[in-house]
Amino acid sequence: MVRAGILALLIGTAGFLLWQGPAAPDGVPAALPAERAETPPVPARVVSMNLCTDQLALLLAAPGQLVSVSHLAADPRASALAGAAAALPANRGLAEQIFLMRPDLVLAGSFSNPATVDLLRRLGVRVESFAPETGMEDIRAAIARMGALLGRQAEAAAMLARFDADLARLAAGAPARRPRAALYDANGWTSGDASLAGQILRLAGFDNVAEAAGLHRGGTLPLERLVMADPDLVVSAARRPAASRAEEVLDHPALAALAPGRHVTTGADWVCGTPFVLRAAADLAARRPALGLGG
Amino acid sequence: MRPALLFPLLGLTVALLFAGSLLTGPAAIGLGDSLAALFRGEGEAVVLVMREIRLPRALLGLMVGAALGASGAAMQGLLRNPLAEPGLIGTSAAAALGAVIALQTGLAAAFPPALPLLALAGAVVSVLAILGLAGPRGGSLTLILAGIAISALAAAFTALVLSLSPNPFAASEIVFWMMGSLADRSMLHVWIALPAMLAGALLLAGTGRGLDALTLGEDAAATLGLPVARLRLAVVLGVAALVGAATAVAGAVGFVGLVVPHLLRRAVGARPARLVPAAALGGAAVVLAADIAVRLIAPDRDLKLGVLTALVGAPFFLHLILKSRGERP
Repeated sequence: MVRAGILALLIGTAGFLLWQGPAAPDGVPAALPAERAETPPVPARVVSMNLCTDQLALLLAAPGQLVSVSHLAADPRASALAGAAAALPANRGLAEQIFLMRPDLVLAGSFSNPATVDLLRRLGVRVESFAPETGMEDIRAAIARMGALLGRQAEAAAMLARFDADLARLAAGAPARRPRAALYDANGWTSGDASLAGQILRLAGFDNVAEAAGLHRGGTLPLERLVMADPDLVVSAARRPAASRAEEVLDHPALAALAPGRHVTTGADWVCGTPFVLRAAADLAARRPALGLGG
Repeated sequence: MRPALLFPLLGLTVALLFAGSLLTGPAAIGLGDSLAALFRGEGEAVVLVMREIRLPRALLGLMVGAALGASGAAMQGLLRNPLAEPGLIGTSAAAALGAVIALQTGLAAAFPPALPLLALAGAVVSVLAILGLAGPRGGSLTLILAGIAISALAAAFTALVLSLSPNPFAASEIVFWMMGSLADRSMLHVWIALPAMLAGALLLAGTGRGLDALTLGEDAAATLGLPVARLRLAVVLGVAALVGAATAVAGAVGFVGLVVPHLLRRAVGARPARLVPAAALGGAAVVLAADIAVRLIAPDRDLKLGVLTALVGAPFFLHLILKSRGERP
């Protein structure tokens, strides 16, 4: 007990001293133009605590620059870079664990635990937060910002050039008559055009039935209304392990009878706003002829 | 009201509510189209909605309500206590625990009948525990205290199992298992629940005369030559089968077995042999009505059935407590 008390006191004191020490770079604007002289030095130890910043950082960081990613990044169901992520130490997004890695830049999502982010900033760690991307312009902006933060502007520019070329190729391959698809997931959740999945669906050459239902951002679409909307294709996330009532609706006989044989599942490429969304769209577009939904 | 009038009236109410349940839903389908789709199979998408989504939902409302109403009446007869109810004494919570274990271990996926069987096992254990703790002559206080303890324990284990599940949705489903819902159930769930419910109904059907004799007291019933131990076993197994099957497919819906027998007790002359079937009809009517109401109040939200039954049932429960306080010193 006494030793634990002393340890807590020491950690508290250390935190207090650090907090009192050099002013935390809270006031620094998020993205300074790269050319400016007062650009923060290129970070040498970067820790990412969000699945999506994990992947952008893995794609852009210099060897050795990224020292840890979130534990989700090694899950092949959620992460398109599970193999590369598994080679790095994983963190569980807790301030203590991240602080002890002595990072000079922490990458977080805008939905990361605010208590953790606040604590890290109070301890003097620079934290940069990324909002979830819901469209192709968001992804382009995120790639450019990540490149600037990591001091890898050239790599980011090359990635953007490839991204634009892939995007143009997808747009050229869109069919004249667009089949109608529904994104349908656990608890009857559907996503509209104002979501990343909705944008992937659109790029793959499909119209989204959620738009007709007035669910532009997404929302709950009762199974009855999905059946009445009569989509040509139903797209659902791959099943998670173990059982849940939320996912039972995906096994409903009415759904199976709705578009027999035209129920596809999505993978890790659909989860985050990275260049992998174009691979997801290209994969789905390539399946259109086999599904009998136009070439 | 004369019993001769009561049963046709209850039957008519249930039939009307069943039809109402078939015609209620978020998809706007006209009356004529719905009926044509249901009976003649006209209109591709409408047929799917009527036969695969609304019909199983209405059937399950009927079955779950009847099971809970009859169980409440039979337990109240056996324990001679108006507060005995599957939800209050922990039977539903224990059945939910059994169902959750069957689902999370993958047993139910490999062998579908495992779902109602494990729920039934949970219900049997809880009823035996109640009989052991409160005793056949236990007062209301012991019964309710034992029920609270068993409910809390079963709910805690359910929450534990769901929280430890690797499925990201499982933990949020604690609400479903505590409050119950019929949203998006299919004919599969009807077939899973039906055999156990029929078995439970058959077991309870044979106990009517015994429960009537038991109203005179256990000793008097024994001197009449009533096999009390066998009667008790039949009621316990019957209730466990009904509540287990109902909970396995719809979650724990509370208060139906408490309120319905009370409303009907006077009309049937306080005879359990008549109260059990009357409460089955009454329970079916209450759950069908509640399930129509949840769809009218919040069509897109999957409002839980138990929310509505508790809103009506809990004040009724308070009323019973006040009444029983007036009777006792």
